[in-house]
Amino acid sequence: MKSGVISRSGLRLGLAGVIVIGLVTLVYHFTHDAIVESEYQALLLALNSIIPEDSHDNDIVNDIRALPANKELGLKKEALIYRARNKGEIFAVAFPVVAPDGYSGPINLLLAIDRQGKILGVRVVSHLETPGLGDRIESRRSDWLQQFPGKSVENPSHEDWKVKKDGGIFDQFTGATITPRKVVKAIHKALLLAKTEPGVFFDE
Amino acid sequence: MNNSEQTNTDYSKIVRDGLWNNNPALAQVLGLCPLLAVTGTIINALALGVATMLVLIASNLAVSLLRQYIPNEIRIPIFVLIIAGFVTIVEHLMHAYLYNLYTVLGIFVPLIVTNCAIIGRAEGFASKNDALPSIIDGISMGLGFTGVLVALGVMREVLAQGTLFADASIMLGDWATTITLFENYDGFLLAALPPGAFIGLGLLLALKNIIDQKMRTRTANSISVNAIAETPETL
Repeated sequence: MKSGVISRSGLRLGLAGVIVIGLVTLVYHFTHDAIVESEYQALLLALNSIIPEDSHDNDIVNDIRALPANKELGLKKEALIYRARNKGEIFAVAFPVVAPDGYSGPINLLLAIDRQGKILGVRVVSHLETPGLGDRIESRRSDWLQQFPGKSVENPSHEDWKVKKDGGIFDQFTGATITPRKVVKAIHKALLLAKTEPGVFFDE
Repeated sequence: MNNSEQTNTDYSKIVRDGLWNNNPALAQVLGLCPLLAVTGTIINALALGVATMLVLIASNLAVSLLRQYIPNEIRIPIFVLIIAGFVTIVEHLMHAYLYNLYTVLGIFVPLIVTNCAIIGRAEGFASKNDALPSIIDGISMGLGFTGVLVALGVMREVLAQGTLFADASIMLGDWATTITLFENYDGFLLAALPPGAFIGLGLLLALKNIIDQKMRTRTANSISVNAIAETPETL
């Protein structure tokens, strides 16, 4: 009697599982292409915001190479480099940089540089900084990130690659110094790496 | 089921319960995790509220239709399974067609599974009622929950940023614009942070209690005046 109830319940539960999984699979099947397309468009938008759309002639989202875990870039695991080409030649790359020591956790950036090591653009991908204070690094909250394009390892000089409070040239925010300081430091380290080992970024 | 039972269903009570008397957030005090976490802006609050409502309506409908086939011993696992299935479907749809919103809400979309308000309605209402009342219950409870989310979102966004509908375009398309109430507003950080969410919810709960009390006294007064044997609404 008892075992009859158990096997009946088990069967019903199993059946319910199969039906639900079937439904989810169906929806997955019909939304899969749209999801891929949405992610492609979002990434394209992000990359175009730091590497001008008309400067390259390739499909930058799919022109990728693996970037091994790298301590200088704060990358704990393998990531991707996106390459911008003109007539087949790589003239700029975009890659993730992590400031591991933000005020409340890692700050994930996307940095674009050209072959001369000059910054084309920076984007904040994600962060956990304080709303209203540290989150002004986001481009939709302030134009703080706009001071980076055009800068390189030589410009400004090594001592000036700091926030103003530390004697450098980059702005900080009232009430939030740590966040901008760590972002500046992370970008500077990435530029130094690009200077000493350009192959990390520009090798085919 | 049987017809006389169906016609006796008090729809206006179901609606009043969902929106006010038995509101998931203010009376049952369920589903507070998303309530506190995503109400930093109106748009986030509205988006999560609508997603929760869709899941609630769908799970209520499914549970009420299948209730004869669900053995009592394993009803809870099956409810969880049904809810998880609908949440995954809503998540896929948002990922595909509302990508920016999906990235903003992040983990809180899959976490709708753990919103006790939904399984509470499956167990407490849909498993005992027909499809139509269950849908009405899902809509009412969903609207009630969304209403509280949005109210909290309005309070926090206005206080923290001095705006209404910030980033509305990620949900509603490009025509939506942000309303800036105070130019050069310095911001009130507390409202944006988690303590602001708790304090805001506390204020809303207090407000509901005050209004309920006022309504009770008024009903009581009118009863004593008119000597009508009306039972006042109680929680």
